[in-house]
Amino acid sequence: MYLRWFHKLSSPPYFYRLASILSPWLSGLSIALIAAGTYGGLVLAPPDYLQGDGFRMIYVHVPSAYLGMMAYVVMAMAAAVGFIWRIKLAHAVAVSAAPLGASFTLLGLVTGAIWGKPMWGTFWQWSDARLVFFLMLFFLYMGYLALRGVTEDRDKADRLSAVLAVVGVINIPIIHYSVEWWTTLHQGPTITRLDGPSITMDMLVPLLVMIAGFSFFFVWLLFVRLRGEILVREQKSRWAQELMQRSRV
Amino acid sequence: MMEFLRMGGYGAYVWSAYGITLMVLIINIWWTYRFYKKSREALGGILGNFSKHQPTVRKIS
Repeated sequence: MYLRWFHKLSSPPYFYRLASILSPWLSGLSIALIAAGTYGGLVLAPPDYLQGDGFRMIYVHVPSAYLGMMAYVVMAMAAAVGFIWRIKLAHAVAVSAAPLGASFTLLGLVTGAIWGKPMWGTFWQWSDARLVFFLMLFFLYMGYLALRGVTEDRDKADRLSAVLAVVGVINIPIIHYSVEWWTTLHQGPTITRLDGPSITMDMLVPLLVMIAGFSFFFVWLLFVRLRGEILVREQKSRWAQELMQRSRV
Repeated sequence: MMEFLRMGGYGAYVWSAYGITLMVLIINIWWTYRFYKKSREALGGILGNFSKHQPTVRKIS
């Protein structure tokens, strides 16, 4: 049963319609969650005992850095599925996730630098493993997009870039564990700890709301971009032409 | 209100971080919808050219 559903989902016209139905809901949900999370983070959460109000940058830094990594995992998984089973839609998902993920990785780097200046006294530290591996994530996205840019044939671009995406996924656990394996300026994990999160509820809830909002934001724009990508890839198929003809009358 | 904007002396950092985040969110929305619109237009263009090459019946006067 699941297999049949998966099969249906991987059909471009079905997914195109599903994405158009879901997009308005996803946009509303993500904007509402981000607005609530911003209010919670700037107003409701109490100031940190060490960093005062400066810690409030966590509510934009952590969600964007997390999204930069999550988008990469989505991209690599989709690329692997497309490479192994030759599913056209999977490659379209991978391509659509890349620019979104790259922009949030850059945002994670920039907000991290802004946060680093007052707390560590520096915008950047080359000897910090977390920072350097996260910068590498940004370069992986750039490499992926550049590789696609210089490869003329789309099928070849799909397969070549899929290899790069899958190999690069090794960087994700390295980023995650870098703060435990090496001594870094960057603080250790706060939420994903064995003994539970080391942060009080009134600080944690806005952060989780913000992370959820960013995740829905990603899925929303991924779906919109995917619809465009599907139209480009399916321009010779009957359903896409019929769809355009119908929308023009 | 001023107290809120000052953010305990971290105002410049906090507000620039939030401002840049808002900018990236908006740019992403704009970018993505522009890509979608362009894809639709490109497909429409292909279909437009296609219909131009269809044989047309000319009226003989």
